[in-house]
Amino acid sequence: MKFLRMLVITCAILLPAICRAADDGYGYPLPGSYGATVLGTPASLKPELPTEINAKRLVLEVIPGMAKPELFYYDEGLLCTFAYQDTKAPLVFLIAGTGSGDQSAKLMTLMKAYYQAGFHVVTIPSPTHPNFVVSASHTHVPGDLTEDAADLYWVMETVWSKVKKDIEVSDFYLGGYSLGGTQAAFVAKLDEERKSFNFRKVLMINPAVNLYDSVTRIEATLDKIPGGKTKVVKFTNSLLDRFTEFYRQGEFVSFNENFLYALAMSKLFSQDDAGGIIGVSFRIASSGMIFASDVMTNGGYVVPKNRVLSPTDDLGEYARVCTHLSFLDYFNEYFYPYFQKKRPGLTKEALIAAQGLKSIEPYLKSNEKFGVMTNENDFILSPEDISYLRQLFGERTKVYPRGGHLGNLEYKDNVAHAVDFMKKSGGKQ
Amino acid sequence: MKPVAIRRVYPLLIILFLALSLAGCATTSTLPQEIPAMHSVKEIEDEYVVKEPDTWVGFNRSMYKFNYNLDKYFLLPIVNGYEFITPTVVQTGVSNFFDNITEVRNLTNSVFQLKGKQSLTTLGRFVTNSTIGIAGIFDPATSFGMQRQNEDFGQTLGYWGVGTGNYVVLPLFGPSNVRDTGGIVVDGAIRAGIASALDVTNDMNHPDGIKAAVTFVEAIDKRHKEKFRYYGTHHPFEYDLVRWLAGKKRELDVMK
Repeated sequence: MKFLRMLVITCAILLPAICRAADDGYGYPLPGSYGATVLGTPASLKPELPTEINAKRLVLEVIPGMAKPELFYYDEGLLCTFAYQDTKAPLVFLIAGTGSGDQSAKLMTLMKAYYQAGFHVVTIPSPTHPNFVVSASHTHVPGDLTEDAADLYWVMETVWSKVKKDIEVSDFYLGGYSLGGTQAAFVAKLDEERKSFNFRKVLMINPAVNLYDSVTRIEATLDKIPGGKTKVVKFTNSLLDRFTEFYRQGEFVSFNENFLYALAMSKLFSQDDAGGIIGVSFRIASSGMIFASDVMTNGGYVVPKNRVLSPTDDLGEYARVCTHLSFLDYFNEYFYPYFQKKRPGLTKEALIAAQGLKSIEPYLKSNEKFGVMTNENDFILSPEDISYLRQLFGERTKVYPRGGHLGNLEYKDNVAHAVDFMKKSGGKQ
Repeated sequence: MKPVAIRRVYPLLIILFLALSLAGCATTSTLPQEIPAMHSVKEIEDEYVVKEPDTWVGFNRSMYKFNYNLDKYFLLPIVNGYEFITPTVVQTGVSNFFDNITEVRNLTNSVFQLKGKQSLTTLGRFVTNSTIGIAGIFDPATSFGMQRQNEDFGQTLGYWGVGTGNYVVLPLFGPSNVRDTGGIVVDGAIRAGIASALDVTNDMNHPDGIKAAVTFVEAIDKRHKEKFRYYGTHHPFEYDLVRWLAGKKRELDVMK
């Protein structure tokens, strides 16, 4: 999928917008929120990390004896990645962001950084990732912070029971980015009751303060595409056509840096386009989640109820339907009715309120365990959200002046801060 | 005329395919009646991601599954073993060696497309790497500024205006289309013709065995270089995403 990545990067090129590093002592270069989110961190500004580490893929039977539809023949269990030290060391669990698996680029960077600092590391897919929806969610309906935290906790216990005979662990840590950051808070709260790990520190990177609010903000990235959000494919095709035409006309041999630079200088893609690309990539992620959930629950949302799909059946129409549904549609038409059935009398407002940090505020408030890293211009947060995080976690809230949503996660200063936060209280010296 | 090794590989592939595809056959008992879903395509008024219909979708999806299993039970274990026992320098040398042989394909097709400058560069690469690069094990040509430019007969056909034809997922080779499948056959025939004219294995004791071994190592090297894993994304619509992107990629390849 190198090609896809390249395409996404190039389509969103907003390099002309790169200014010289502002005079605030922070070296991450991209000023715009959407641009930073799409482009991430230039390779030269990432930290030096080990290329070869002791790591293996774990395939976990999280829910023993669970029947899986034949359609998901390729799903053989929950995949987690486990990096291990030879000596006694602390262990950190890391939770991926929306739609990401255990080996997302961002998780791999964090894994290597913690490994380098002397930690054992276990990376876990997001509960919104199809692998998790199918293999590790007890309800197969992702999105509820309390239930997803319980599933995540169960996964961590399963991992621990599998690896504890092979490694020595001094104490446990927890971290996550984006949705995984918000989930980490709920997992930590559960740990106070269950006490399997007694997490010493919990790091939330670019978390959502309330999932519904953030999802609304993500959906708004599609507001400005031509024809509105019902025309996501037309928009994607037009981006690709512009990209193709540019490539055809130039003297490019391959998609190398020269090509990227030339594309950037062409100003072929606007700020609104970059927002649209973010919206489309979330749609691609949510489409997989929605479909996997609907098949697993026989929910009749996009697949006719009682229809059994086989691996050779054409899924093209379902893909088309699912990419035209948003997280908000999912919430209103599928998620809320599902919980309403389980808890009669539940209002939508109450369900929305439960999907945020405020619902566990007494636990989080002034809890020394927690640390937050986010950005002033993270578009999934409002200015009030950022004040709220500061209020909640005080000086353990690190707010960078720019970086969009996760754009600066792999920037060397950010990685160093993420490692230091955990290391201050442990880590192999 | 197919090289012996390929003749041997095909029956094996067919047996594997039958074994793997029949394994999942089971009858489903009577099910409750279907109820229409809340959302369907009827409500969508938007363009299509891929304009052409996927005419052979049933076959293609079963091939996609076949390739997944072929990887899982056959190719990837061998590739993993190969990567484990062979030093990285050797792996690079092997890759370079086969890349150098493929320059013949790049050259013939550059010529077929009347691309003069590119043909010369490719010829230069082949000569440089075959000599200074010791039979292609090293790739000094790239550092001399001669960039590799992949061409194949599918691209040549595209260059001369031949449409892609239906999308097809080939066993072993993966996503393709009718035009490019023909291209693979033609490129293979040209290569076999050249090999036979040069009579490279003439003086050897077991020419068939050597050819088979070379084909085998080449296949392993090819899978080793390709980082794509069937359903590595776990996305239920991966097949559709791949069809879209593979098509786009070939479109761009033909342009250059």
